[in-house]
Amino acid sequence: MLLIECPYCGPRDEYEFSYGGEAHIVRPKHPEKLSDEEWADYLFLRTNPKGAYRERWCHAHGCRRWFNVERDTLSHQIIAVYEMGAEPPRAARKGGSKP
Amino acid sequence: MKYSIFSLARNALSYHRDWPRAWRSPEPKKAYDVVIVGGGGHGLATAYYLAKLHGVRNVAVLEKGWIGGGNTGRNTTIIRSNYLWDESAHLYEKSLKLYESLSQELNYNIMLSQRGVLNLAHNLHDLRELSRRVNAIRLNGIDSEVLTPEQIKARVPILNTSPDSRYPVLGASLQKRGGVARHDAVAWGFARGADRYGVDIIQNCEVTGFRLKKGAVEGVETSRGYIGAKKVGVVVAGHASVLAAMAGFRLPIESHPLQALVSEPIKPIHHSVVMSSAVHVYVSQSDKGDLVIGAGIDAYNSYAQGGSFPVVEHQMGALIELFPIFSRLRMLRQWGGIVDVCPDASPIIGKTPVKGIYFNCGWGTGGFKATPGSGWVFAHTIAHDEPHELNAPFTLERFTSGELIDEHGAAAVAH
Repeated sequence: MLLIECPYCGPRDEYEFSYGGEAHIVRPKHPEKLSDEEWADYLFLRTNPKGAYRERWCHAHGCRRWFNVERDTLSHQIIAVYEMGAEPPRAARKGGSKP
Repeated sequence: MKYSIFSLARNALSYHRDWPRAWRSPEPKKAYDVVIVGGGGHGLATAYYLAKLHGVRNVAVLEKGWIGGGNTGRNTTIIRSNYLWDESAHLYEKSLKLYESLSQELNYNIMLSQRGVLNLAHNLHDLRELSRRVNAIRLNGIDSEVLTPEQIKARVPILNTSPDSRYPVLGASLQKRGGVARHDAVAWGFARGADRYGVDIIQNCEVTGFRLKKGAVEGVETSRGYIGAKKVGVVVAGHASVLAAMAGFRLPIESHPLQALVSEPIKPIHHSVVMSSAVHVYVSQSDKGDLVIGAGIDAYNSYAQGGSFPVVEHQMGALIELFPIFSRLRMLRQWGGIVDVCPDASPIIGKTPVKGIYFNCGWGTGGFKATPGSGWVFAHTIAHDEPHELNAPFTLERFTSGELIDEHGAAAVAH
């Protein structure tokens, strides 16, 4: 059970949020120029680490805004919460999953 | 020792104190022809069929915990083969056929009970989809039929088929050959069978890395030292991405918890398996008397074998919606297994970018039913260095070529 600190509303129960999967995957600007391997990498391949993981959450039953979370996938400890588009906090960057 | 009425009687005379161990617990050798990583049902089945059908007997199964202690011991034991697409139908039907003779094959009672699996439809669209699916399944020569609410009620009298309910039951598909089996016995039976052919089952041995040379595998680093291997088959379910990262590639897989519960034991009341993807719960009653209840995955990635309470709550809500009679039943235990979910909800069984390393993963929420079939095709793939025609479509390359086998909702239950 998670207690997620929404950057806009404060700590709320996991029940209020919806999940958006791995963060920092940028849609390629020119998909038509990619090879099939590069497109598959963007579309399907995921790091899926055991440990620190950067992911997107949406406060669906609150402010309805998206944000990033760095969370340990084994202990479920939330390491950092930061806004969409922001760089991961420095402390969290150490040992984290590659963006 | 062959298990029989005579060995039972003989051992009864010595108060069952002298039963031999069902499999050895050897020290790892320096090297093997094939190392299987992961001692769950799939890995043990792979080793068994490698030794039995392909004559590859210098094999080790490495398990970081105890055999059958991962998802093999954490599922809801449902077996069926009612899949929509030809590729899946053939693969799961192969598995069901192997299950049907597995107790005899292994001389180990896996307690297969073909009590029939019902998949409910709760709206008109569900019902049409279900009918289309039943027709497709029958064209593949697999038994399946559509039941009316009256026929469902006759089969499962405790099911709420009232037209006034929030999600009325409008029909169901039935696979009579579907059912349940004893999950631990499947792992133990394959372990005993593989051991008899000389396979080394090494428990408490965690693989921590691969030793590679010029893009080919040489062996595995483990918590019990280095073990050389000409070929390595990786069957680690939720940890597939972790092992792939050790070998230097990524998979289209995300790991999620899938929770299940059992209730307190009650007298026999539920004689089939009922699944509903719309209200999302599936339930059967074990021989011990407890209800075994499962539903969908937790939404977020996790390697913790637990899960969140809202998922349990949703599951219980769905159970009471379908079976009001269970409303006062207490739940005894809850657990989670880490499932490896593919974008198209179909497994990956085949070669990888590293020569000599084979992966069998991505079974997601439905791996138990595939255990013997998965081992059978994976053993063939490892022995011949190319897939069997049954698993040829289930490559890693399909995510590049686009030839996905989209079983999301196409199988009889939502994944």
